[in-house]
Amino acid sequence: MPFQLDIVTPEKTIFSDSVDDVYLPGSEGEMGILAMHSALVAPLQPGELRYLKDGKVEELAVGEGFVEVTGDKVSVLIDLAIGEDAIDEHQVEEAMKRAKNALDGVVGDDPEEMQALMMSIAKSEAMLKLKRKRR
Amino acid sequence: MANLRDIRRRIKSVKSTSQITKAMELVSAAKMKKAQDQALAGRDYADKLNKVLVNLKENTTEESHPLLEKREGGKELMLVISTGRGLCGGLNTNLYKAVIKSATDETEYVTVGKKLRQTIAKTGGNIVTDWEVADPVPFNDAKPVSKFLTEKFLSGEYDKISVAFNNFVSTLTQTPEVFQLLPIESEDLGEKQDYEGVDKGEIGETDKAAALGADYDFEPSAEGVLDKLLPLYINFQIYQMLVEARASEHSARMVAMKAATDNAKNMIDDLTLEYNKARQAAITAELLEITTAMKAME
Repeated sequence: MPFQLDIVTPEKTIFSDSVDDVYLPGSEGEMGILAMHSALVAPLQPGELRYLKDGKVEELAVGEGFVEVTGDKVSVLIDLAIGEDAIDEHQVEEAMKRAKNALDGVVGDDPEEMQALMMSIAKSEAMLKLKRKRR
Repeated sequence: MANLRDIRRRIKSVKSTSQITKAMELVSAAKMKKAQDQALAGRDYADKLNKVLVNLKENTTEESHPLLEKREGGKELMLVISTGRGLCGGLNTNLYKAVIKSATDETEYVTVGKKLRQTIAKTGGNIVTDWEVADPVPFNDAKPVSKFLTEKFLSGEYDKISVAFNNFVSTLTQTPEVFQLLPIESEDLGEKQDYEGVDKGEIGETDKAAALGADYDFEPSAEGVLDKLLPLYINFQIYQMLVEARASEHSARMVAMKAATDNAKNMIDDLTLEYNKARQAAITAELLEITTAMKAME
């Protein structure tokens, strides 16, 4: 049974259509959501989002955010959602390298800065993983 | 009757001014479109975020998170989002009026955009720090601002954090607003984000009803979700306000420049008329002189 899935970033609405199921990278592990799921709010971590539409599986790399499930609707609020073909592998690798270098430079006294960098590395990894999966 | 050459000179100068204002109008129009789209796109996210937060508040109490805690004492820090450049009509003046109205002598400021930074500094306001934000507004530019404000609030240095910005309603209307960011108040959550201006009533109400009807599970726990969600909420609020302010700026500038171009056009018309009159008068006078001279020689 299909249900409504909205994927929204602050910059724009990425996806809004009905799908048959969706798999999300929850902070407690991957979770699958089908129609008639009970109402739920959960944070998401960088990783891979998968949904089934018209018998075809689509995949997106996603960043940090959360998901809200109500009876007939799933809303994913996320700071990044990008499809495989839109990922520039080279650019992401560069960004990841920069973040890793910066991470080495951070002395252990600023946990927030470190967390932010870890987050950006995790996002880069999620994108690369998706990009390289098909080969 | 003014001198012919003077009039000609004035026409020329008004014409070149009108060319500049026309160019600025076109530039602003292009930027305005982008900024407005960005502001409108963010409202989807704002709507959804609000809906979830309203519901979360039902399941938690004021004490459950330091960012929700109301404090005695009124030391206030105000973030003022003005424009980086002038020539945008009364935008900054109106915002400044709103700032003065809600601020007390104790209030200290942080600013984005240099126009009101200068004004506040001149009138003796205490500016803690300031930022510049790129155009179009990148989401990451909001992060240092929200981080700074959150830290100041949590450390107890200030008891209240508010934001003054120009809310974008339409191309012709922008309203200056002062919005309390911290502590997050429950009554704010339900109805606000009438950033919309246009479609606020309907969407707000149905969403609220839907949110209240559902009984949510939280994973891992309501507190855990709150911990993640509130910083995200603040971050996004700041971003959205920056974007709204930017959309207001470009709209106001475009309208102001359009008015200036129109005025210049009217002025050129008037001056041309005057010029032609003066020219005709000069010719008449010359003819008169010649005929008089001829008559005298007969």
